[in-house]
Amino acid sequence: MKEISLHILDLVQNSIRAEAKRIDLTIEEYTDKTNDTLKVVLQDDGCGMSEEMVKSVTSPFVTTRTTRKVGLGIPLFKAGCEACGGSFKIESEEGKGTLLTGVYRHSHIDRPPLGDIADTVLLIATGNINIRFVYTHRVNENEYMLDTLELKRILGEVPLDDPEVIMFIKDFLVNNESELYGGM
Amino acid sequence: MKTLQELEAIRQKKINELNLRESAEGNTRIVVGLATCGIAAGARPVMSAFVEEVHKRQLQNVTVSQTGCIGLCRLEPIVEVFVPGQEKVTYCKVTPEQVSRIVAEHIVNGNPVVEYTVGSYE
Repeated sequence: MKEISLHILDLVQNSIRAEAKRIDLTIEEYTDKTNDTLKVVLQDDGCGMSEEMVKSVTSPFVTTRTTRKVGLGIPLFKAGCEACGGSFKIESEEGKGTLLTGVYRHSHIDRPPLGDIADTVLLIATGNINIRFVYTHRVNENEYMLDTLELKRILGEVPLDDPEVIMFIKDFLVNNESELYGGM
Repeated sequence: MKTLQELEAIRQKKINELNLRESAEGNTRIVVGLATCGIAAGARPVMSAFVEEVHKRQLQNVTVSQTGCIGLCRLEPIVEVFVPGQEKVTYCKVTPEQVSRIVAEHIVNGNPVVEYTVGSYE
């Protein structure tokens, strides 16, 4: 995975598989001297995991999939965080959901770029229209969010995955992302 | 700052179209594999390219959706196309550059691009 946003797209598939009704993704970036971190928090209200599964899920040889015996999504993400002076934590409770936190040191030379996060968020939000997806991105003191419930309220009977609606959301995301970093 | 206000205008416009669409039968489905293997091989830009191409051509009754790993990781990105009444077609090692041709020849004109399919690759 060349971008953190690709890891995120991958990890969200776990929440979808867990039949989550709501997924919250929060990205926080701080780039000052006292706080030099890039933090990814992914929370879902899916089926969760047993204590035993939580312990073993960071192993590449554990997966719920039946088509093959390896599961690389979580191990790859964890290794990436830890290789960049950060940390990884996963908490889960059966029937309640899962909370996943990955931290990178922002200025670490090996930290992958966040990448095309707008594209990732767009695909999650419009590809799973029955799931409420709440995305928040903070860069130092700037922040914006996207909540698919709010979009649906405005759209009424028009589906979230209508091509024209998708293009609007894409514009919205690209615009706001670039403003976060002080662009336009 | 871009706001959500414009979305209201899109809604107004779309409501009229929705009524028209209800009468049409059967959706063509484009399904992109978005598991770890697919994503690592470059499935995200492929998926975006399909979404954009469908929008550009104003295709009605075509949906682009995601699925997990189908077990052919070495051939990712994999895209399956379901046209109602026809056999499923599976494309492999798809690149964003191939997308417009698949949409034009297969989705619009009904002729699968045989050279991009799993069958011709293997």
